[in-house]
Amino acid sequence: MGQTISFQPVRLGAAPDGSAPVGPAATAPVAPSHIADVLGVVVSHVWLNDEYRHLVLEAPEPAPLARAGQFFNLECPHTAEDKPFLRRPMSLYRADPVHGIVEFLYKVTGVGTRGLASIKVGRTMRLLGPLGVGFSIPDGARSIVVLGRGVGLATLAPLAEMAAARGVGVTAILSARSAATVMSVERFAAIGATIQIVLDQDGTSDPANVERILREAAAVGRADAFYTCGSNRLMLLMQRLGRELSIPGEVALEQQMACGLGMCFCCVRNFSVDGVVEARRVCTDGPVFRLDEAMPW
Amino acid sequence: MVDRGSVDTRVRIGDLVLRNPVMPASGTFAEGLAPVVPFERLGALVTKTVTAELRGGNPTPRVCEVGQGMLNSIGIPSKGIDDFLEHTLPFYRGFATPLVASVSAPSGDAFAEAVARLDAPGVAAIEANISCPNIEEDGKAFAMDPRSTAQVVAKIRRATKLPVWVKLSPNTGDVASVARAAEDAGADALVVANTILAMSIDIETFRPRLGNVMGGLSGPAVKPIVVRMVYQCARVARIPVIGCGGISTAADAVEYMLAGASAVQVGTATFVRPTAMLTVIDGLIQFCARKGFARVADLTGAVHDADMTVDTVEVAS
Repeated sequence: MGQTISFQPVRLGAAPDGSAPVGPAATAPVAPSHIADVLGVVVSHVWLNDEYRHLVLEAPEPAPLARAGQFFNLECPHTAEDKPFLRRPMSLYRADPVHGIVEFLYKVTGVGTRGLASIKVGRTMRLLGPLGVGFSIPDGARSIVVLGRGVGLATLAPLAEMAAARGVGVTAILSARSAATVMSVERFAAIGATIQIVLDQDGTSDPANVERILREAAAVGRADAFYTCGSNRLMLLMQRLGRELSIPGEVALEQQMACGLGMCFCCVRNFSVDGVVEARRVCTDGPVFRLDEAMPW
Repeated sequence: MVDRGSVDTRVRIGDLVLRNPVMPASGTFAEGLAPVVPFERLGALVTKTVTAELRGGNPTPRVCEVGQGMLNSIGIPSKGIDDFLEHTLPFYRGFATPLVASVSAPSGDAFAEAVARLDAPGVAAIEANISCPNIEEDGKAFAMDPRSTAQVVAKIRRATKLPVWVKLSPNTGDVASVARAAEDAGADALVVANTILAMSIDIETFRPRLGNVMGGLSGPAVKPIVVRMVYQCARVARIPVIGCGGISTAADAVEYMLAGASAVQVGTATFVRPTAMLTVIDGLIQFCARKGFARVADLTGAVHDADMTVDTVEVAS
């Protein structure tokens, strides 16, 4: 199924500009060994609720070798109303190298995702990847905390599975507007994560309550590393606690992108590196960055 | 018909012979493309614009799409020429494809100094990006008028023995006069053209869609405008013209060559389809085979227009 355009090694770890690899001291490089623009076939594409869709593609390698936190640059189909010109970066929801499957969970928000939402089972689409630097789990970590909101939870689900596969315990704090929009509970449950659902609906998503949960996890020794995605407010909270409690962490970030390959410098974000503000590319220096260097958006 | 395998794809740009006329446009190409495109298949490699000074670039958003094109305002982030010589250049020495170093500077003297430092093993040619603001002319881009173009190109010419390609701006009322000025000042080739100054506003938020308010338009939307500019420049220039603007298919490249381009640069299309340059190369060969052209270079200026006149003011001829 599908056709591989190219299949060549890419340099690992450090950014092409020679800057240091990102992320806390990790067990192994988490960058991909290959990148290619492949043709995937849609095998399932369903609405999970009014806003979120789940896209499952059968795709040749290297796509299914993607790691947690990495992303693909997707060629989104045109519709009568929406003609996305550039590709859209989409973080990995699941990769299954055995069955040659990659999955995405996305929120339909604009021209690109509306175009993407139109693709039918059986149709093909191009996906460039796997791209970027994924999550890393520090050596010796026994238990981690993941904190996500909205579609950001989709990015954290494969991280929880990667942790579980290494025997690392997971506490998952899932934040959403309402019970109906909590994503991926079953993914976190399946790996035996301790799950805390916090909602705007009942006020439990309030940062003070989330802070209480995070402090509790740290107090009982279940927070060797912090991970977050999907909320500026939650990122700042986790960053503050991480600094206070000396817990290393990572954050997965988004930015408007063009090439996805580190060439165009469209997708930069500012980071505070030893007190100096430094612009980094989300596509190749990230999208997963050290939590303590991230800046609010 | 000509057999595909026998089509001669080589083109000559001054003293440089390229294996084919297809190369990336500056700013849309870097080391990151190596996993997806074999660099040995390209006619040349063109780096992102480097400047002597360290530049951080513009605020985000730096990109937005507009119909079948995109606006960008990156702001030429640059780590400086030392970093280029130490880190970027060695990477490209591993490829048997000529490397064109794109350079920019805020004044004629700064341009000359930067160009001189780029005369290093592994650099086959200089592409002078003169679309940037000239601080000696109140920030007006060099390429906006023939006089400042002549001044800066003359200084660049004296600073290097390397071939100098001058990248022109479409943001001028008289591109042909600018082309002639660049040639007379010693350019070896002209790259026509850079992005077109443009703007877009988000009607929901009432905010400009780029952090820099204005930016450069590229992609299929600009192609007819730049084909016209290549045609105008090629009619007045004796040096080769390299077409650049909205090329994403072999048909686009053929059109540029017929208009007078000796080679083409593919830019934005690489963002949409990373392998676009390879598709253009393959398609050019097929086109030549189908049309009975033994040499791709024979397409240059082959437009049939001898019996036609242009009923507009041609200020440059």
